Amino acid sequence: MDARESSGSAPAQKATRDIYLPPERRKISGGDTTHISAKEFSIYYGEFEAVKRVSADILSKYVTAIIGPSGCGKSTFLRAINRMNDLIPSCHTTGALLFDGQDIYGKFTDEVLLRKKIGMVFQKPNPFPKSIFDNIAYGPRLHGVNDKKKLMEIVERSLKKAAIWDEVCDRLDKNALGLSGGQQQRLCVARTLAVEPEVLLLDEPTSALDPKATAKIEDLIQELRGSYTIMIVTHNMQQASRVSDSTMFFYEGVLVEHASTAQLFTNPKDTMTEDYITGRFS
Amino acid sequence: MNIGTRKILDRSFTAVGIGSIIVMAVALMIVVVPIITNGIGAVFFTGTVEHRKMLFSEFKRGDSEGLSSEVASSERYRAKVYEMLTGFEAELETMAPEKKAEYKSKYAQVRAALQALLGPLPGDSAPMLTRFKYGQTRWEKAEEKLHDFLYESKWDNSNPDVMSKEYFVSRAISFQGTSLVKLFPYVKNNLEYMLLPEFTVYWGFITDSSVDSHFFGGIWPEIQGTFFLAVGAMLFAFPLGVVAAVYFTEYARPGFLNSMLRSANSTLAGVPSIVFGMFGLAFFINTMKVSESKSVIAGALTLAIMILPTIIRAAEEAILAVPKTYREASLSLGSTKWNTIATVILPAALPGILTGGVISLGRAAGETAPIIFTAAVSVGSAIGLADVFSSPTPALSWNIYNLASEHEAASQIRHVQYGMVLALVSIVLMLNLSAIVLRARISKKLKG
Repeated sequence: MDARESSGSAPAQKATRDIYLPPERRKISGGDTTHISAKEFSIYYGEFEAVKRVSADILSKYVTAIIGPSGCGKSTFLRAINRMNDLIPSCHTTGALLFDGQDIYGKFTDEVLLRKKIGMVFQKPNPFPKSIFDNIAYGPRLHGVNDKKKLMEIVERSLKKAAIWDEVCDRLDKNALGLSGGQQQRLCVARTLAVEPEVLLLDEPTSALDPKATAKIEDLIQELRGSYTIMIVTHNMQQASRVSDSTMFFYEGVLVEHASTAQLFTNPKDTMTEDYITGRFS
Repeated sequence: MNIGTRKILDRSFTAVGIGSIIVMAVALMIVVVPIITNGIGAVFFTGTVEHRKMLFSEFKRGDSEGLSSEVASSERYRAKVYEMLTGFEAELETMAPEKKAEYKSKYAQVRAALQALLGPLPGDSAPMLTRFKYGQTRWEKAEEKLHDFLYESKWDNSNPDVMSKEYFVSRAISFQGTSLVKLFPYVKNNLEYMLLPEFTVYWGFITDSSVDSHFFGGIWPEIQGTFFLAVGAMLFAFPLGVVAAVYFTEYARPGFLNSMLRSANSTLAGVPSIVFGMFGLAFFINTMKVSESKSVIAGALTLAIMILPTIIRAAEEAILAVPKTYREASLSLGSTKWNTIATVILPAALPGILTGGVISLGRAAGETAPIIFTAAVSVGSAIGLADVFSSPTPALSWNIYNLASEHEAASQIRHVQYGMVLALVSIVLMLNLSAIVLRARISKKLKG
């Protein structure tokens, strides 16, 4: 068992490195370890297999995009990584999904701790109906930070990281629902960053935003690249090609192709990928 | 369907809608307007010197000097009445026996009518009940009694095919030829000077206890009892209901047991309230023995059981209405389920939960049937907080029924009945208004 795994994982590691570090791309320091790894991983909704035996390695600190037509299982896969699918009672999984070598769906995995390390930003901006300050401080407070000064530091740092500090610094006590959609989404990013996660999952973060706000979010992703492992599900192929290092293409629950973004968009190996990115079907 | 038919349909639907709203509004007016106009009469009315006498001796209120000068001036006019009465009594002694017998019974009626109007007459023994110690305290009642004094009511049952008809015969005519005949025009013309009516604002109606089963005084014990019962019911039902709603929406697995529980809850909401009253008596008093007999605590518990389904339903709806994304956001930040419920879901559901709570509070305040067997008594004084475990209490809802139907002199105290109805309606209305305001305020705070 051991021998087989080691013999199998060495080429896999090398292949992953090829996916993320093609010659033309700059290497990120500390960014060449496998952070999340799926092995023959399937997700079922009742009888329906929504994600089919996916195997993939995701390197830390890089941006990975997931593309594919609607209903192809890309969001399901993303949400499986921090176990948001637990909310759906009929959902269950087979195979293995590893985070830092630990099985995410293992018997002894504490999903609360896991979600602290794997933050998520959702399709629709969803700030709590509280003040901006309380929104950001929500996570840290949960995890035991109650000192007002320390909270203020965290709030400021998180908002600055999410590039929204300048817009909201004078109205931290105002209700977050008063912000614009784009601001709300960046606030949600800041709220996620405030708990200092290692992984940031973005589930179509710009689909509800206008182009200007979208550009800001994309800039933000570029800023955060290298600090967090980022996975982004998107419908927008231009967006995927702009922000990501590597891209996964899903079709009907199957991971059709996982390649460096440059390669996938210029020279896809699979004809289905080519058809999809050239717009022959969507 | 062509455009003409569509338009006709739309218009007729609008018309029916507006029509039904108007019917409802009219019905509401028909109920509410008399309640308000008559109920206000319990506090604002034309009071007589008898009212002020009563206030002074029963509640030690009013200034004694002013009162004694008023009494003196009214007595000046009454003295002549008494004079005429003693004159007639002397005359009665000189009459022939058969005439004397005839006049004696008529004279007794006159005296009784005069007592009702002016209070005890000289020579009467001290009355047992407080209600007979004073004449008419309210001017409009005095005018009714004046009519009783001036006219004898008789029943015409000459025609056996129809109901007997009441008709009035002037008493003055039957005393024609005696000295008493002058009494009737005198009382009629000088009643005002004998009773000294003046506009009165009697806030004591709200804050006083009643004297002699609601003949005089106010309804404070009832208001307080209603308050204790409703708030007590809330103290039990609200926390229980919210916890149950959280269980149903967040923890319960869908399945046979869960759907049974839910339909049990819905059924409970439709159970007639008198059944809850019987249940309260059988369970809380006879089985659990929360108190020896009727008590506020037993009534509050019974009301709590009655409003529990409503609170659970309202809280459930409110919790389900919280956007799923809040839950996801909270969980994705590494929050536990319980933390998510306590810090995100319940605060966001609060307006709905509170609205349900306050509406249930209004219902608890207004219910009669559940407290008949468990908490309510018709007459009683205000109880202290320490007594809620052992003693029953008068309450508005029950006393409205009791005063209107079971009171020995229900027709004498219509103003108290209307006053109670108005008090109850106002309390419920105020609770509902506060629910609306509360909801608007919290929603505004949540929406930013």
